[in-house]
Amino acid sequence: MSNRRLPFSARIIAYIGLLLLYVPLAMVLIQSFNANKHGQTWGGFTFDWYLKLFDNAMVQTATVNTVILAVVSTLISTILGTLLAIGIHRTPWGKKMQNFFDMSINIPVVTPDILMAIALVSVFALFRSFTPIFDPGMLTLIIAHVTFEISFVVLVVQSRLVSIGKDQIEAARDLYASTAGAWFRVILPQLSTAIIAGALLAFTLSLDDFIISFFVSGPKSTTLPLYIYGSLKRGISPQIHALSTLIFSITLFVMLIVSLKGSFKRKKRHKKSI
Amino acid sequence: MTTEVFEGKLTTRSHMRKFGLLLTGPGMLWLLVFLLLPTIFLLVMAFAERGSYGTINWTFSFDNVKKLLGFSSFGWAADNLVILWRSFKIAVVTTLLCLAIGLPMAFWIGAHSKKVSTLLLALVMVPSCTNLVIRTYAWMILLGTQMPPTWLARTLGFIGEAESLYPGTFAVYIGMVSCMLPFAVLPLYTSVERLDWGIVEASRDLYAGPIRTFYHGILSQMMPGIVASVVLTLVPTLGMYVVSDLLGGAKFILIGNLIQQQFFGTALDWPFGAMLGIVLIISSVLSLVVFQKTGGKSFV
Repeated sequence: MSNRRLPFSARIIAYIGLLLLYVPLAMVLIQSFNANKHGQTWGGFTFDWYLKLFDNAMVQTATVNTVILAVVSTLISTILGTLLAIGIHRTPWGKKMQNFFDMSINIPVVTPDILMAIALVSVFALFRSFTPIFDPGMLTLIIAHVTFEISFVVLVVQSRLVSIGKDQIEAARDLYASTAGAWFRVILPQLSTAIIAGALLAFTLSLDDFIISFFVSGPKSTTLPLYIYGSLKRGISPQIHALSTLIFSITLFVMLIVSLKGSFKRKKRHKKSI
Repeated sequence: MTTEVFEGKLTTRSHMRKFGLLLTGPGMLWLLVFLLLPTIFLLVMAFAERGSYGTINWTFSFDNVKKLLGFSSFGWAADNLVILWRSFKIAVVTTLLCLAIGLPMAFWIGAHSKKVSTLLLALVMVPSCTNLVIRTYAWMILLGTQMPPTWLARTLGFIGEAESLYPGTFAVYIGMVSCMLPFAVLPLYTSVERLDWGIVEASRDLYAGPIRTFYHGILSQMMPGIVASVVLTLVPTLGMYVVSDLLGGAKFILIGNLIQQQFFGTALDWPFGAMLGIVLIISSVLSLVVFQKTGGKSFV
């Protein structure tokens, strides 16, 4: 499709859409360097808010919590999700089973966060009547995050499996590889970038989740998004701008790696095929 | 037992399935315990009653349905229905706005070379991965009293001299659209990429005008993508709670806020919160069914 076919008005609307997406991010970025505390006018350039942020004990605890939560939940959901995707893909399930799997993977993606949050918070309350380990805290947070991350890992890995196709494994078998050998030495190396992409997606989802964490966290397991929300309700401190800028820079960086790595791999493969 | 060839190996279907169960087992078990079971529990709780001090009385009753429809011991009040209606209205309008902006964006991304369009798609998707609270909060500042959008709206006479854009309905729409737009664009772009432009040329060759060409040649091909984009926008908007909480002001309550009040707020009525959750479940399931009926398989 060539650029000529796109009407001018469509391009204008597309730019408006981009503005809607990026103006808020730019706004927070600018404010994080604004010396004026109330942010309505420009009071000069400053790094103060960042420096104060590093001395803030509450931010430090929240950062530690957020990182532990993101790392642990990403590990669990990546392992479970990858196995799930491979199991769904390679097994000759009947049509009904296939539909059942499709539903189970798609439902968590379209379910509103708040629904998953209240369902989990209720069932944790039920479990708590048997054992106190389900008290709101790190464990409940990890369980909740794994639950919404699994589907995304499965979707990413599954789409790569589909694009790899069945030919290669059959070729490997023709060349006397065992099934396990073919999987570990032919398919998994190609799948690894998709698994990493899925893991990074899960990681950013966990890093930025607010609604579900808000419901299932306990008083001692405050994460950064929860801390930010709390400060908004108490009245805004410019440190929040700095914190937000840092968080979305990290997210941006991770996502950039994912998309660059994807295109890099493709390029390499392309070169090899020439 | 008949043997077949799978992955170049002579084996039986049931053997493959047994191993498949082993692979899918842990993940499915997790989803069963922490997704299906909680949802069923929520369904049951919706038909329980609120005891004194916010405890739950496990007696079966339809009280929550009545409460949802506005009947209480004080007689009938429209409050809950108004909130439901407002939530659906906002969800529908947000979805339409996202489609109206998302379609041109999808075509714009598709109008570039493969390499550039991958980058542009990433550019659109990245904000959706950044924190929702932060983005919403940015709109709080931007639409505030002394910012350009507010005085522009004042000069143009959209709002009164003393009013500002935040908090209010307009702010909620802006927040919702900017938060849902990436999810609307993604499936639309996928179907733009798959468009068969031969049909468009054929339609032009047969003297169809631009509108008929767009409608019959392009839109009809994009239907699965459009439905996916509607599903991905509509249901999450319906359950959205942060945007309306931060941008709407104190009186602006949607289903999400009402649910939150039942679980943590002053109301403290988990069974009624669960009943409100069921409204969301019904809408998600309905939209999934519509999605699969129209031939959709996966959202990306």
